[in-house]
Amino acid sequence: MYNSNRGRIIQIIIGIVFAFIIVQLISLQIFSSKYVLAANNNAIFRKIIYPDRGIIFDRKKRALLENTISYDLVVIPNEAKGVDTATLCAILKIDKEGYNKRMIEVIIKNSRVKLGIFEPFLSTEVYAQLTENLYRFPGFSLNERSIRNYPYNAAAHVLGYVAEVDTKFLEKHAEEGYEMGDYAGMTGLEKQYESILMGQRGVKRYLRDNKGKIQGAFEKGQFDTIAIAGRNLYTSMDVEVQQLAEKLLQHKIGSVVALNPKTGSVIAMASSPGYNPNLLTGNQRRKTFGRLFTDTARPMYNRAIKGQYPPGSTFKPMGALIALDEGLITPSFGYNCFGLYTACGDPRKCEHHNAGHAANLQLALANSCNSYFLQVFRMAIDNPKYHNAKLGYLKWKQYMNSFGLGRKLGIDLPSENRASIPDTAQYNRDFGGAKYWNSCYMLTLGIGQDRMTATPLQLANAMAFIANKGFYYTPHFIDSVEEEDELDKQLLAKFRAKQEVTKIPTEYFDIIKDGMHDVTVYGTAAFIKVPGHEFCAKTGTAQNPHGKNHSLFVCFAPKDNPKIAVAVIVENAGFGATWAGPIAGLVMEKYLNDSLTKESKNKVEYLSNVDLMPSAIKDWYIRNNKTEMLTPLNINNDEFSDIWDMQMIAETLPSQLKMDTIKKTDSFQKNQLPTKPNPVDQKNKESALKPNQKKKKHSSK
Amino acid sequence: MSAKTNTDFSKGTDLAVIVLYLLMVALGVLCIFMVEYNPSINWSNSFLTAKTNFSKQIYFAIFCAFIAIFILLLDSKVFTALANLSYVAGILLMLATFVLGKNINGSKSWIPIAGGFNLQPAELCKIFTALFIAKYISKPETDFKKLKSHLIAGAAIALPAVLSIMQHEMGLALVYSAFIFAMYREGLPPVILVILLSFAILVIATLLLEPSVLAIILTAIAALVIFSMIKKFKKNKNKIILVIGIWGICFGTVRFAVPYIFNHVFECYQSTRIYSMVGKEYDCAQNKKSASNTSERHGKKPDDYNVKQSKIAIGSGGFWGRGFLKGTQTRGKYVPEQHTDFIFTSLGEAFGFVGTFIFLSLYLFFLFRLIRIAERQRSAFSRVYAYSVVGIFFFHIAVNISMTIGLFPVVGIPLPLISYGGSSMLTFTVLLFILLRLDADRQMVLR
Repeated sequence: MYNSNRGRIIQIIIGIVFAFIIVQLISLQIFSSKYVLAANNNAIFRKIIYPDRGIIFDRKKRALLENTISYDLVVIPNEAKGVDTATLCAILKIDKEGYNKRMIEVIIKNSRVKLGIFEPFLSTEVYAQLTENLYRFPGFSLNERSIRNYPYNAAAHVLGYVAEVDTKFLEKHAEEGYEMGDYAGMTGLEKQYESILMGQRGVKRYLRDNKGKIQGAFEKGQFDTIAIAGRNLYTSMDVEVQQLAEKLLQHKIGSVVALNPKTGSVIAMASSPGYNPNLLTGNQRRKTFGRLFTDTARPMYNRAIKGQYPPGSTFKPMGALIALDEGLITPSFGYNCFGLYTACGDPRKCEHHNAGHAANLQLALANSCNSYFLQVFRMAIDNPKYHNAKLGYLKWKQYMNSFGLGRKLGIDLPSENRASIPDTAQYNRDFGGAKYWNSCYMLTLGIGQDRMTATPLQLANAMAFIANKGFYYTPHFIDSVEEEDELDKQLLAKFRAKQEVTKIPTEYFDIIKDGMHDVTVYGTAAFIKVPGHEFCAKTGTAQNPHGKNHSLFVCFAPKDNPKIAVAVIVENAGFGATWAGPIAGLVMEKYLNDSLTKESKNKVEYLSNVDLMPSAIKDWYIRNNKTEMLTPLNINNDEFSDIWDMQMIAETLPSQLKMDTIKKTDSFQKNQLPTKPNPVDQKNKESALKPNQKKKKHSSK
Repeated sequence: MSAKTNTDFSKGTDLAVIVLYLLMVALGVLCIFMVEYNPSINWSNSFLTAKTNFSKQIYFAIFCAFIAIFILLLDSKVFTALANLSYVAGILLMLATFVLGKNINGSKSWIPIAGGFNLQPAELCKIFTALFIAKYISKPETDFKKLKSHLIAGAAIALPAVLSIMQHEMGLALVYSAFIFAMYREGLPPVILVILLSFAILVIATLLLEPSVLAIILTAIAALVIFSMIKKFKKNKNKIILVIGIWGICFGTVRFAVPYIFNHVFECYQSTRIYSMVGKEYDCAQNKKSASNTSERHGKKPDDYNVKQSKIAIGSGGFWGRGFLKGTQTRGKYVPEQHTDFIFTSLGEAFGFVGTFIFLSLYLFFLFRLIRIAERQRSAFSRVYAYSVVGIFFFHIAVNISMTIGLFPVVGIPLPLISYGGSSMLTFTVLLFILLRLDADRQMVLR
């Protein structure tokens, strides 16, 4: 037929066009995933259901922290049309400009169609006003949120805080499903156990139409996940001991660490200056964080695990252990000390100079003889077994590390410091090579000075090690997790394994213990008593480049069945026995007896009011108008006052300028006190009432 | 013989096409139902009260079934007899809209008739033009090899197209280009197709490239042609003039015609849509035509919003689709005009590539079937008419689907038999069933 092949050509043309369409469909429907994403962005509204965070309990199942409900005012900017801004601004106490500014912030952060926080953590008053008027603010709603609450106002450093995640956090935890606006543990146990405490967030998916209205559950909720509450953590902390430790450290810079040597569990860990953990939750946070962060005394710094202090004399028992184990001395080894150690030329002072105060190891410990332990140190370094000082030093350092000094112990808190037992490399560098130094060059390491530093936690752990006679458990807070699974068991396994650190015979430990016991009987800590218990202790007064000596005290009790090991440091306070000692004694008494005697309570009141803040810090407060941080010195005639080093107190006395400000704050506080009702006034009142009553009687007649 | 077919109307009608027709109408109702579905509405109730589009579509379909039966009962000769008259009536109706016209969605192409229904003469004119062209070409005195008859046929097609443009119905006007299939089949020289194709490429190139770059390329091609064929040109100097003439026309198109059409003939939104196809932005400030009424369009959603949402809906279907009634974009009403021009998106989202592929295969089979029907006609009238139907259907399908997947600018063209709308369904039913009626009498020679 005429032109009939053209029908074929038309078919081919049609076929080609269809082929084009199909190719485009393949590229759209099979090879581009962005459309599915775009569609989900369009139409699926994800609502995250936040579970309650887990709770942390102390040894008596008291909650160290809890959850309370707080409300946020949230808004979807696209739907906020026809809002009665005047009323809203009045309730929130902002102006129209502030409203616009916040709206823009919400849009920048969460886009126009997503829920964004307009005002977080509403006060109950504002919340009530908003619920009443919410119908006037289309697009706004109130979102429930669980926030932390600390009923005992204690253990801020240990517990850490929870805060909104930032972009840095999101980058770091990209695989863990966090989103902008989520909260996560930032420090302390909250951070360490974030994965357990946070639980599992639930997601509800809703279908949303082109106007942003919710049409109902997406796919009947079959893709929704339910929120699983975070699991609780159980510690061996004692919140009352913790509170006591924090109270005793008031107006001082320092730290208290108490461990249970039998398990390695932390009983109390305080660092001063500290802060009330409730100040970093809810809307308090915004006000407080900046102030805490810029404070020169660093109240957010956990000195218990980060502070590096020369251990001073508290190190002496360890030095003795090494010498005993190496067979360099016997318990009867004595050193003839007359108040100076001159074997290395430059004489070193000793507190005692009466003959025989270091006639044997036990005596030397009790009297804390510097010369004795300097000699013992030198013997360890120059040990003929190791041929030269360098190898001797390395052996000595190995002992140190096995005692838990100069290395991270692995406590379950983030950013623990390993402090320092110096490396031979440092000495090689400083003294021009390994050949050029010997034990005299780092002589004072033997009395816990030189470049040796330790954290309070390491010192407490060393006490646990001595108390246990040769082993310790890695210090930790968390003993068990609610509904512990295999993963948790793995996590906690290292805290449950005994650290069999050395093979030092137990009889050597007995000698050390006896010596430390003598410290509390007739030695440097003789006046510190724990009612009902014998204990072992060692005082320390460490020289440091920052000013006055640090006051240190390490101990464990009871002597024969140790249940608590304590290390206390009070910075720039003077003698170990004067400040750190009584604090440690009270902590032990509180833990072992579960109560304090009346006498001890008075001591607590007294100690907690003593101001030992270094003057540099006080001056800083005065310069920055933060005098509320200062408290008046409170020295009265207490039973202790006679044994205090009066010179030391004189040094801490504030300057005239400081006194003036203190007086001001003092008088200010006085005005705040409620005045007692004047008895004369009361009488007048009564007499004023009586005539009325009489009149009534008259009228009734 | 004709009396016999009248009594037995089903004899000779192509069953396959009827089955495909019913299948597609049913599919259309299903798609509209998906668009409207809302779990909180009582369906049986809304169906009876005919308040929803899908139930209205069912009523339209029932009405169309009666019309189809009526057409099948007619004598084939009616169509040849009425061809010229209907065309004239159609043109008159279109002219009448300029007086009686009612403005619906910005186009003045509707004449209100009784009962709240509106008539769109431009739709009906497609049928009338098809009949008229078939009649004209099949006349024994017409020699379709001659340029004169091409021009007459072209004019007959262009007239309703121009009228449609004047009624702001760009899409309907474009449909008239579908008659090129019928004309090609009947002897339009392929050179014309090649020229049209080249012209289309030139226009697209104009949009894509800088005018000066394009001018250099064109000049280079012309120079190359002259240089390579220099010996031939020495013999015949006319050919040089021809080449230079073509170069001149191309150059004029690039520099003057295309910018003129975009800035003075098209509305701003039309230019924008076309530019957005090639991934460019059109500056509406250049547009003189809509310069006066730009303020009207201020604040509306961007012009590529439809296509973007449409692509999202189809793309999110993936290979297997989201499932029946599970399309989130459809449920959320993200695609504008989804029940009419963008009905393909609901199908694409719910049934994925598998669904769209099967659907396109169905349509392809349908078109090939119609071509087969066209080729088996004894009379030229039936054949030309059949190719017109093929052209119109193909053009609608290709343009509609291409615009939903971003291959063609958005023009308001419905998907035949699927999109919601009584007018459109009626037009396609009449078009198709006239063909079936003619096909039943394929052994007859109609004049």
